[in-house]
This record gives sequence, structure tokens and C-alpha cells, in this order.
Amino acid sequence: MLEVTGLRVAYGGIQAVRGITFHVEAGETVALIGANGAGKTSTLKALARLLDAAGGSVRCGGREISALPPHELIAQGIALVPEGRGVFPRMTIVENLLMGAYRRHDAAAVKADIARMFGYFPRLEERAQQLAGTLSGGEQQMLAIGRALMGRPKLLLLDEPSMGLAPLMVQKIFEVIRSVAADGMTVLLVEQNARLALESSRRGYVMESGEITLTGDAADLLANPRVRAAYLGE
Amino acid sequence: MSFLDRLRHSRRAALGATLFLGLLLAALPFLVGNGLGNSWLRILDFALLYIMLALGLNIVVGFAGLLDLGYIAFYAVGAYLYALLASPHFGLHLPVWAIIPAGAALAGFFGILLGAPTLRLRGDYLAIVTLGFGEIVRIFLNNLNAPLNITNGPQGISGIDPIRLGGVSLARPMEFLGFTIPSLHGYYYLFLALALLIVFVTIRLEHSRIGRAWVAIREDEIAAKACGINTRNIKLLAFAMGASFGGVAGGLFAGFQAFVSPESFSLMESIMVLCMVVLGGMGHIPGVILGGILLTVLPEIFRHGAGPVQQMLFGKVLLDPEALRMLLFGLALIVVMLYRPAGLWPSPTRRREFRGDAR
Repeated sequence: MLEVTGLRVAYGGIQAVRGITFHVEAGETVALIGANGAGKTSTLKALARLLDAAGGSVRCGGREISALPPHELIAQGIALVPEGRGVFPRMTIVENLLMGAYRRHDAAAVKADIARMFGYFPRLEERAQQLAGTLSGGEQQMLAIGRALMGRPKLLLLDEPSMGLAPLMVQKIFEVIRSVAADGMTVLLVEQNARLALESSRRGYVMESGEITLTGDAADLLANPRVRAAYLGE
Repeated sequence: MSFLDRLRHSRRAALGATLFLGLLLAALPFLVGNGLGNSWLRILDFALLYIMLALGLNIVVGFAGLLDLGYIAFYAVGAYLYALLASPHFGLHLPVWAIIPAGAALAGFFGILLGAPTLRLRGDYLAIVTLGFGEIVRIFLNNLNAPLNITNGPQGISGIDPIRLGGVSLARPMEFLGFTIPSLHGYYYLFLALALLIVFVTIRLEHSRIGRAWVAIREDEIAAKACGINTRNIKLLAFAMGASFGGVAGGLFAGFQAFVSPESFSLMESIMVLCMVVLGGMGHIPGVILGGILLTVLPEIFRHGAGPVQQMLFGKVLLDPEALRMLLFGLALIVVMLYRPAGLWPSPTRRREFRGDAR
């Protein structure tokens, strides 16, 4: 599904991502974990074309996407849930979901998908006509995920979905991510909360100062003493 | 249930209100002309021009959230195009139906010219660049009289052709079914028709995919990109659409005044139009129209009223009404912004947000 080869990202002279290679196969959930400043978000931003990569190739479904403009990604089946939620605060929840379907022209199916989103997120249905800006952080995160799914992507890119949320809400968000994945979605999960991310994923990559230093099955990584010491606080 | 709610829920009430409003708008020049005199009729005509400007700027500032402090430049482009193509200055006398659309197109092009280099800018940075753009246009108009005299410099262009519709000049009283319709009335109806057209276009845009994309960009540009919105094109479209309304208003202004000079397009004018949008209710069409009317009419009320009121209170005129006018106007702005921060007539969404209601 997604193949990243030798991806480099630089801010001015500083290399944030130093030629990383990884892949995500169709239907699997892959976690990209690491500490603050390891280059995770830069990687995701480059994938979502919000940043220009300094080098390397990104292929999705066999097609090179590293030179596409960001708004074309959804047409390639890639949807981003931006860091810090990024809902449209002065639109209602339904309007936010409709924006996710901006490039679609099948009104009936869009309506059905909104109902499907409310199935994932019953809390949002209760507040359907409420302004997104008045939602709690967790609800906004749910809405951001729902909006991304409204574009009917094949690959969902999640940037730090647990950031700034109460622990209980983090659990809820990850439940949703797992159920979305169980319905067949391919997910690339960038997360600081290594335990939850790995528990929800099939495979994982560990990033340190711009490089991938460890990779393997999520279960193996969870058992790995280095990961346990550095990221699981043991 | 408020009056507006009743309108929304009853077709008959809505129809009645529309009919009443239509009759009022049709009769307004006669009421104003006979009751208050021709100077107020001119003010009414100007109010319509300012409504067009405010609606144009509202697309950029209110819908797309791009702060533009040089908007009056597009008004200038429309006005000067009319002045150059229909005046003795170049000896050209093109008809109005050719010039106004050309003015809209040229202003739209200037809008893109401003928008293209500023795509990455927002908020205060964008405000400074647009401010500079407005001043550049004004200074160009001021100085394009040498070596080749294009704009006639600070003297401006005079003797501009009045607007003629179907061979009838609006500058002279018209005979119609035995009635004499004064010139200012003719301009009023023309401006009203175009203002209504612009209102219609704006309403349609607001509820279109484009309108939703503008709002999405205003709310969160990265999320808008992630939704598949081509933010570059949609922003440029906002600049171009907003500018083209300004170009139309500018052309009408030139024909109406029969004279244009760079003085009419100062930064103060840009700020005035911005005030109309903000004070009326950013992004809310009825609010912006209200803002346009109030900010055209209020300073004139102060100008005309300040003298007599002082005479009455103190027996003499202590302060020059002209100076007092802007003082009172500034005070009015401050009071409105303190007590109605979302504007006089904000959209229901914004009102909710400012009240902090959950629903």
C-alpha cells in the first residue's frame, strides 16, 4: 500500500528525517513511535505533502506521490488526521463531516457515510448540530478521524491522536482506531504513547533522531528490553 | 418568537415582507428626495456603492478569512478604467455595458495579482502586504502622468461620460410615462439593481462548494488541504471575486461622479470598507449590508446634525462639525465593538460562538 524509501526531510540545514525506509501493507496498522523531536511528525507531514521532502521516494499503490500537491492525496486514497485535531471550529459537526467528503459527488452515499460515522462515534450524533469548536478535545479528535474517513480513504494517516487528551479519552480514541482498522482500513499511526500504539498495531517502527533504529512485530517490540526502557518507562 | 423567526417559518409572512421591502426600496428615492433633499439622495446612492464594496471585501475577509487592507485599490481600478475608456481624456467613449464587465474582469485580475504572491501569508503579515498594494496602486495613479500621461496624475480625470442606458443618459432627468424622474433616481435604480445582483451572487456563492471551501480555509488551512481543497486556487478565487465586485462599484462611481482622482482611493477608504464588514457582522450578508448603510449614513448625520445640535444646546457652534464628525464616528465604532464584538448583525453561528453557548 505505502512504500517509503530513503525519505529525507530538512528544515534549512537541519536534517529532521535522515533517509528512512519503511512500508505499510494493505489492511495492517503500523505504528511509528519515538520520542519528541525524533522526526515522526516531519515524516508524516512529508507523506501528507504538507512539507517538501528533501529526497527519497514515497509510493502509494505503486504510484509516486512525493510530488503531488496536498489536496490531490485524498483522490489517491490517503487521508490525514492532522496533529492537534484541526477540526473546523465554526462549523457544526455535520458540516465538518461534509467537508471530509468535499471531493465526492455521490450525495446519497455521503449521507450513508455520515450515519456510519455516527455509528463509530455516538457522542458526535448527540451533538450533530453543535459547533465543533465547543466540543471537548477528545470529541474533536473523534470528529477529525470521522472527517478523514468521510473521504473514503484506503490509507489513514494519524498524527499523535492521543496528544493532550485525558487518559480515559485516549483509551476511547484507540478503541475507535482499532475498530476502524478491523473494518479493513490501512492505518499509519504516529504516536508518542508507545504502549497504546503498539498494542493497537501489527508492526512498529521506532524512530530516533531522524532514523529508524528498530523495527518488527508490535508484540516483539513491546517485549524488547530497549523499547521497554526507553518508551514504556520500565 | 421574534419577528425574524416568524418570517422564517411562514411563507406568507416572508412574501409579505419581501413585497414590503421591494416597495420600500422602489419608493425610497422619492421619500428621501422629497423629505430630505438631493444631498441625501446622493448619500443614498453612495450607500449602495459601499454595500457593493463591503460585500466584495466580505468574500475575502468574512468568508475566506484573509485580512485585506488594500481593497480600495480594486475600486480604483474599476473607476479609472471607466474614466479612461469614457472621457475626453483619451477621446474614447465606450458604452457602459462594455466597461463595467471589463472593469470587473480587470479588477479580478488585479485581485489575482495581489493574491498570488501572498498565498502563504495570513493575518497581520497579509494585512501589511495588502496595505502596501493599496498604496502602490494609489501612488501609481498619482504619478502615471509622465512621461506618458495616462492617469492625469493628482488632477484626476474629469468630464467623464455619464452612464447611459439604452441611449438615455442618467445624468439628466428622464421623462417616463409623463413623469419626470430626476437623475439621482436613475442612478439609484441602476445601483440598486447591481447591488441586488451582487447580493444574489454572494448568497449563491456562500452556499456553494466554493463558499464552504472558503470557510474551511478560514477555519483551518491544513485541515482544508487534507479534505482535498485546492487552497491556492480557492484563495485566488476569493481575491478575484471580491476584487471584481469592487471593480463594478468603481466603474459606477466614475460614471456617477463624472470625476476621479487618486484622492478618492486612500487607505482611509479601505479601512472604512473593512469597518463596514467588521461592524456589520463579518461573513453575514445582511450584517455587511447593514454595516455599509450605517457607515455611509452615520458620518453624514453627524456632519449635518452636529452644527444645529450645538446651536440648540450652547447657542453657538463650538466645534467644527467636520472635525466632530470623525470623533463621533470613532466613538460609535468603539461602542459597537465593545458591546457587540461579533458585529451589529452577526450570523447565528458567530453569535453563538461569542456568547459561548454550547448549542
